[in-house]
Amino acid sequence: MKARIKFQKYGALRFIGHLDVMRYFQKVMRRAEIPIAFTGGYSPHMIMSFASPLGIGLTSEGEYFDIELTEPIASKEAVRRMNAVGVEGIHVTSFRQISEEKKATGMAIVAAADYLVGTRKGVFPQNLEELVEQFIKQAEITVLKQTKRSEKLVDIRSMIYQMEVRESYTSLQDSGANQIFMELAAGSVENLKPDLVMSAFCKFAGLPEDSITCTYHRLEMYADTGTENTRKLVPLESLGNDII
Amino acid sequence: MRKLALNDEILLKIEKPARYIGNEVNSVMKDPEKVDIRFAMCFPDVYEIGMSHLGIQILYDMFNRREDVWCERVYSPWIDLDKIMREEQIPLFALESQDAVKEFDFLGITIQFEMCYTNILQVLELSQIPLHSTERTEDHPIVIGGGPCTYNPEPLAEFFDLFYIGEGETVYDELLDLYKTCKAQGMSRRKFLEFAAGIEGIYVPQFYEPEYNEDGTMKAFHRINEHAPEKIKKQIVMDVTNATYPMRPVVPFIKATQDRVVLEIQRGCIRGCRFCQAGMLYRPTRERNVETLKEYALAMLENTGHEEISLSSLSSSDYSQLEELVNFLIEEFPGKGINISLPSLRIDAFSLDVMGKVQDIRKSSLTFAPEAGSQRMRNVINKGLTEDDIISGAGQAFEGGWTKVKLYFMLGLPTETEEDMKEIARLSDRVARRYYEIPKEERHGKCQITASSSFFVPKPFTPFQWAPMCTAEEYVERAYIVKHEFQEQLNRKSLKYNWHEADLTVLEGVFARGDRKCAKVLEEAYRLGCLYDSWTETFDNSRWIQAFENTGISPDFYNLRKRTMDELFPWDFIDMGVSRKFLEREWSRAMNGEVTPNCRSNCSGCGAAQFGGGVCYEGKN
Ligand code: SF4
Repeated sequence: MKARIKFQKYGALRFIGHLDVMRYFQKVMRRAEIPIAFTGGYSPHMIMSFASPLGIGLTSEGEYFDIELTEPIASKEAVRRMNAVGVEGIHVTSFRQISEEKKATGMAIVAAADYLVGTRKGVFPQNLEELVEQFIKQAEITVLKQTKRSEKLVDIRSMIYQMEVRESYTSLQDSGANQIFMELAAGSVENLKPDLVMSAFCKFAGLPEDSITCTYHRLEMYADTGTENTRKLVPLESLGNDII
Repeated sequence: MRKLALNDEILLKIEKPARYIGNEVNSVMKDPEKVDIRFAMCFPDVYEIGMSHLGIQILYDMFNRREDVWCERVYSPWIDLDKIMREEQIPLFALESQDAVKEFDFLGITIQFEMCYTNILQVLELSQIPLHSTERTEDHPIVIGGGPCTYNPEPLAEFFDLFYIGEGETVYDELLDLYKTCKAQGMSRRKFLEFAAGIEGIYVPQFYEPEYNEDGTMKAFHRINEHAPEKIKKQIVMDVTNATYPMRPVVPFIKATQDRVVLEIQRGCIRGCRFCQAGMLYRPTRERNVETLKEYALAMLENTGHEEISLSSLSSSDYSQLEELVNFLIEEFPGKGINISLPSLRIDAFSLDVMGKVQDIRKSSLTFAPEAGSQRMRNVINKGLTEDDIISGAGQAFEGGWTKVKLYFMLGLPTETEEDMKEIARLSDRVARRYYEIPKEERHGKCQITASSSFFVPKPFTPFQWAPMCTAEEYVERAYIVKHEFQEQLNRKSLKYNWHEADLTVLEGVFARGDRKCAKVLEEAYRLGCLYDSWTETFDNSRWIQAFENTGISPDFYNLRKRTMDELFPWDFIDMGVSRKFLEREWSRAMNGEVTPNCRSNCSGCGAAQFGGGVCYEGKN
């Protein structure tokens, strides 16, 4: 039996890296006595797979990982137990049973992610809305993408699914009121990080590099249930059902 | 939401920001308004090392059980943050509240090894607390030191207000109560120190003054305050079973060196190896009740979620209930992915059987610590392990499928000859030979014997406290003799040899048996930029050499000088239970190559029986 767990990451915990979050949850599983399955062999490990890792410094209310269970446990009870043994800064919000299909788990199905971008230092310009509109109207947005070995120019326009100014506000992120919302390609095929978009945007808007420092908050992660030609994004959570 | 002491810019710039944010599972939060005493407990090394230390976890737990105390943790900032904190004048803070250490009532520093001494100065300076106790005012925290290095606290004497000599579980409550009373009555710092000096085991260094002979050795150690006792009596917990034990140790987010539950099964060691300070300091051996340990194991795994449990003691095989405990652990956790690690086990049929169950034989290696290559040398150091033990143990292991063996040795031991050194290589080869005696079809390829040697540092309160050391050059020469001998061996392709840094050994030697004069070198070295000396990437011996030059202090005085039997040592004001007579006797037995039996086979009247318990009274009630 497979389950999908959704959680938030905020506050001091945004400085905990992805590997440490994995270690954290391994220990949570034991403390909360979640009936998680192990691999066999001399050094058995928990069957657990995380969706797209969140960078250090980012907050989120849409993190996910999938686990294999040896026996069912009620969703409510599992969430309660995990939070009871957890720390401030990581909060489990759902625990749902998902399909047994191999392809349906973990990293493999992530297709997009939503982000809110705010400022920690400096403020966005007055005509932010206008600038964002013009930015997204471009047919091509080329950026210099640095990988470990090389640098290359890529067009990121097609990986930005949405981008607009929002006044919406989340308590999990400390940031000014004016925020930019963006929906970006994520996952193993195409993956776009919000800071790359922002640096392209700042350049486009003529904002000097050090004039603002942004905060990034991940809102949600999606799977694509559409066809090859039309995208149909659904939150990863919605692919599961509560265990009663 | 908790506010952090460091801003995002800094936290995103430095390595492993998780070192500085606190908030770990089982860390203790309290309302500062509701406590009387705020205690900052510091391990002066980087977080991952400090978090792995059991002693701190014990004290943290013990202090926080008191409603009137909030004990928090502090570690040395790594060099990246160190630099930023200096530049931006950010005071060092405790992890839980993120409040500045300088606002606390106490700064406690555990002193585990000599090479962290510069980090102690770093912690004081970054905390914006004056380095010298005499420069501190009513506004500064009381700086107290504890841990094994305080058995010779003299090189650090001027930097501390108090030292706690001995095991932490005994008089801390008394000290904290006293502080509370003094604070409530608005008493001065000095008054508090005077009262504190009256508590058994508490040493107030500024109330004493050493006098030196012309040759630099100690002439006398004077009390200059009437409240200071003549002798400081080491503290020891006799009932270890009922002593505080941290059932909910803090679980770090980042991987600490000890990422596991640590179960201390006993304190002390019956063996009496003459080089080993712990073996003398923690006499007599005291065992924890096995039923209690079983309860602890279950509760701690449940409370931490750790996937590994490790038994801790100086010599686990000597724990009388080992089989029962280990069998319990093996039966309790099958298939739950709980690893059991059993360091310091003697290799025999039982331990091989157990290890075969708990680890992957192919991947794991066996460890022997013969400490010396020749039987003569092992007699000198009173290491009971014989060549036969090693070869037959290794033989059984090889037949059981193991192919990797690690051997630990020391070089520079008292009376060591070239022959003794070469025996290190030869013994390693004989272990390999034992492997190749197994018919080829039954072997699993080649064996891998890794021998490493460290250089011996004589420690206070051991029978070798009189022993002279060597120069760094001489140590390296000795290592080369061993290395060449390895190249002569039949199975050299299956043997590997490595040795430790000699420069560090020299420094360690100076501070291990140093006096108050050494403080100057330490301070100078720190001023010259020495920090994290036990880390190869940061250790810079040239700065230390400069520091010795600048202060006119010679390491040779501390290391190479031959000490007379009646020399007054800087640490002699401590009454540590084991008598000086016993140490003298052991030193002369060592010189004659005479072995002394262990506590269980025959008590040699070391003096520790005065504590009224432990192995000294086993089977006698
Ligand atoms: S008094 Fe005897 S039994 Fe007790 S610690 Fe000393 S040598 Fe061992």
